[in-house]
Amino acid sequence: MPESRELYDAILNGDAKSALSLTKKALEEGCDPLELIGGSMIPAMDEVGRRFACQEYYVPDLLLAGRAMKGALQLVRPLLAAGRAEPTGKVVIGTVKGDLHDIGKNLVASLLEGGGFEILDLGVDVPPAQFIAAVQKTNAGIVALSALLTTTLPAMQTVVEAFQQAGIRDQVKIMIGGAPVTRQYAAEIGADAYCKDAVSAVGTARALVGKN
Amino acid sequence: MSKIYRTLDVAGPEELVFGRAPRPVRCGLDLVIGAGVVFPEVNFTLPAIEVNSQNWPAIVEHYHEMADNILKRAVALAAPGIILEFELLPPMTENPEWGAELTALLHGHLLDAREKSGLRSALRVTPTDIREQGKPPLLRSGAPWAQLQRSFERCIQEGADIVSIESIGGKEVHDPALMYGDLQAMVFALGVLAPRDMRWLWREIDGLCASAGGTAVPGGDSACGFANTAMQLAHQKMLPEVLAAVVRAMSAVRSLVAFENGAVGPSKDCAYEGPVIKAITGCSISMEGKSASCAHFSPIGNIASAMCDLWSNESVQNVRLLSGSAPEAFTELLVYDCRLMNAATAKGQAIVLRDCMVESDEWLSPQAAVLSPAATCRIARAIVEAEGDYRRTVAAGQSAVSILSEGLAEGKLRLSAKERQWLERIERELSEMPESEEELLSSIVAAGSYRFDPASYGMDLG
Repeated sequence: MPESRELYDAILNGDAKSALSLTKKALEEGCDPLELIGGSMIPAMDEVGRRFACQEYYVPDLLLAGRAMKGALQLVRPLLAAGRAEPTGKVVIGTVKGDLHDIGKNLVASLLEGGGFEILDLGVDVPPAQFIAAVQKTNAGIVALSALLTTTLPAMQTVVEAFQQAGIRDQVKIMIGGAPVTRQYAAEIGADAYCKDAVSAVGTARALVGKN
Repeated sequence: MSKIYRTLDVAGPEELVFGRAPRPVRCGLDLVIGAGVVFPEVNFTLPAIEVNSQNWPAIVEHYHEMADNILKRAVALAAPGIILEFELLPPMTENPEWGAELTALLHGHLLDAREKSGLRSALRVTPTDIREQGKPPLLRSGAPWAQLQRSFERCIQEGADIVSIESIGGKEVHDPALMYGDLQAMVFALGVLAPRDMRWLWREIDGLCASAGGTAVPGGDSACGFANTAMQLAHQKMLPEVLAAVVRAMSAVRSLVAFENGAVGPSKDCAYEGPVIKAITGCSISMEGKSASCAHFSPIGNIASAMCDLWSNESVQNVRLLSGSAPEAFTELLVYDCRLMNAATAKGQAIVLRDCMVESDEWLSPQAAVLSPAATCRIARAIVEAEGDYRRTVAAGQSAVSILSEGLAEGKLRLSAKERQWLERIERELSEMPESEEELLSSIVAAGSYRFDPASYGMDLG
């Protein structure tokens, strides 16, 4: 239907106002909520992700599209039967203890959200116990750790060890990233995955939950 | 004592050159900065090691080793003087005694080098702005501010000659605004919130220096958390280059506020807005570019040195290289860069070398295009001719847009279609900005998209 293409375009262009009104109109006309999600919203966000990955889109284009999608989704969600719209996975994300940098972490969180993940963002300077408590509370399957300083790299290892000591290391996949982080370091500390940049985080997370 | 700059301190671009500032500053162990000689400013940091009490002896040893190696290399290369910059890591600011201990250690090394080798020097100490911790940050109260204040006091007592900071007032709004490409909110952060924090913070820092007897000079601030964030995201193709260039120009207004409230230079190395500050205030500046490749990419490697008084490497880890440790290797690079500039000055060829540095970079990046001496003076004039920090920020942004648009029209600057669209958008949005700060504030508050603590900016929103 025409609305479906228009909704796709509205999300692609980050036009939250139009995305909302088109979704509202489609629902009033009896459109299947799942069809709206599967036929317009997810394809639009996939295209946004593709354009960002090949540098046709900047971060603002990406985030505005995500915001438009989120607004439209809020109208659709209550109409879905329970269990029919499960997130791709749940992620607890934060910048490790001692590190106050958050832009990279925020970007990863936004991209993961656009990729269908449910995100619990713990912010910056997060102690290991807070990551553990968040996983226990949300039953998240992934923990994403960020660090920008060489002196806070060791705090990533502390988090991995804390999960081992808490006896729940096997329940979560831990992915790490940030300027000083390397694939080798991720392997050394026993993390499950290394992300070289924000874009690769989505694919990595999908692979970790077996939905790639 | 607060002041407002309404004119430039230089007659024009011809007076903006490396090594010479209209208002040199004397500090440290017999060093005069901006009086004709460019000095290296070496910044160094720890390798991967957690900063905690268990590791403290090893950390102290790293700083001993770094200072020792850097100063030996400087003496071996007959550097005319040197500045060490000690940027505290967050735990060293949260525990002021840790920062003080390392300050004393570095000060001791500089005294030894002066005594044994006659090396002139100064120690710049830059505590981390740990007020960023809260969401939104509380800037004028609470434990982080108390620790930061104490950190300044103790570091000054233990031998800091220059104190600086990369302050973060307004960053809680600027970060998300940058990510969403929301120019109005960027201007609000840079032109309304940040200057309010800077005015308050720099009066405090100036007061701390004065109450310690003036042994340390209040150096300057850096818009690192704003404009360098934009620069690095632009480098990763996450933001438009033209946006980063405009943010750089606009950020000069908030950095200028430090100089209106006590700072005397040298400004911080990562403050690429430094040339505008130098043009307006006449104070000396530190810059970094090609020899800071140990820390980050730079599209302005040569042009950044055109007007510097100190030349820095930004930050380098204490790791081993074939030639020795990385800090001493980068000291060598800086010393040679400075030698070349100082030799040009001695031969009366400083302007020739400066212009080569400028022309090598100027039109290869929008961020370089706003850094030439001519562009610097245009942006600086736009700032001093506007009334109030908000209008100054808009004027600086518009001036940058004009410089880029003219370069584009003249075929000097090449931009992709996407970059050109953004330049047009930025120009349009700057021209549509509300007339007054009050109108902008109302608009931002009404939209409710950004969180900040009004009291931290001396605002009562009722």
